[in-house]
Amino acid sequence: MRIELLNKYFKMDQLPHIWCPGCGNGIALGAAVEAIDNSTMDKDKICIVSGIGCSSRASGYLNFDSLHTTHGRAIAFATGIKLANPELNVIVITGDGDCTAIGGNHLIHGCRRNIDINVLVFNNNIYGMTGGQYSPTTPRNARTSTSRQGTVERQFDICKLSENAGATYVARGTVFHYKHLIGLIEGAFKNKGFSIVEILTPCPIQFGRRNKTPEPADMMRLLKNSTSFSDDGKTKIGVFRDEKEPEFVSEYIKLLSNEGDISV
Amino acid sequence: MGEMGESKPIAIHRDWCKGCGLCSAFCPRGVLVLNLGKVEIQNSENCIGCGLCERICPDYVIYLGRDIYG
Repeated sequence: MRIELLNKYFKMDQLPHIWCPGCGNGIALGAAVEAIDNSTMDKDKICIVSGIGCSSRASGYLNFDSLHTTHGRAIAFATGIKLANPELNVIVITGDGDCTAIGGNHLIHGCRRNIDINVLVFNNNIYGMTGGQYSPTTPRNARTSTSRQGTVERQFDICKLSENAGATYVARGTVFHYKHLIGLIEGAFKNKGFSIVEILTPCPIQFGRRNKTPEPADMMRLLKNSTSFSDDGKTKIGVFRDEKEPEFVSEYIKLLSNEGDISV
Repeated sequence: MGEMGESKPIAIHRDWCKGCGLCSAFCPRGVLVLNLGKVEIQNSENCIGCGLCERICPDYVIYLGRDIYG
């Protein structure tokens, strides 16, 4: 993180943050801040919304108007903010459990409406804050505090889920591929419609220690080796969808103005 | 960074370091090492100013390009 960005966008009295040693959330938040700095958005018209979880602490560290909302409802709150103030750029920072488990319905219906909000999902494959329970994105056979012998459930693919639900910008990046990640987040800001960026990030304390990778550097190497820019069987990173479709808020405003004509 | 005439191309805010060791594991020249659980600059003359440490540090401890905290 560049020192000038740290001074410009962070609440310095709130730092250092609470995330564990080696947690990738700090890197993901740094990439988001760099993308905000690179973008042409009016910095006074940015609203950060987050839910509950490790990742959702991010809104408290940023020097923007922000909302730290209830568990899973970040996208629901963001929908309300965007409809009340369509000129705002709404950025949702959420985690894999917050977004796809308790907030799963809000996610798919946000995608379906194609409302102009930007969702950054910090996916660390586990519920970190509450003690390491398995989440909908925990890989099969991974050991967690609620699956001591390994998870038997299959995992969600957040990108496929949101792409098929109707999101118009879908991308996946990792905290290891930092510059690539900044580009993906900038692409999300440019898209007028529902944009989602899944950010793969390591959790050495809750996930790594139970799965033979307790060292943050080992988790980071695993992230590097298990992802690829092409279709070669590894987890693909990059942009999966970037298309233009009617956006919910602008369509809604059009509808209201039509109704006004009728009543006159 | 040489043209800027800096004695140290990187600066660290050691108070914020949590000792995760990502910087020391990925520094290509072995400039950053952990000492008593916190990062320390050793052999700063070997630093090539690549900036990997600045990007990979999750705790915003390492800054490139200027000497801020002495």
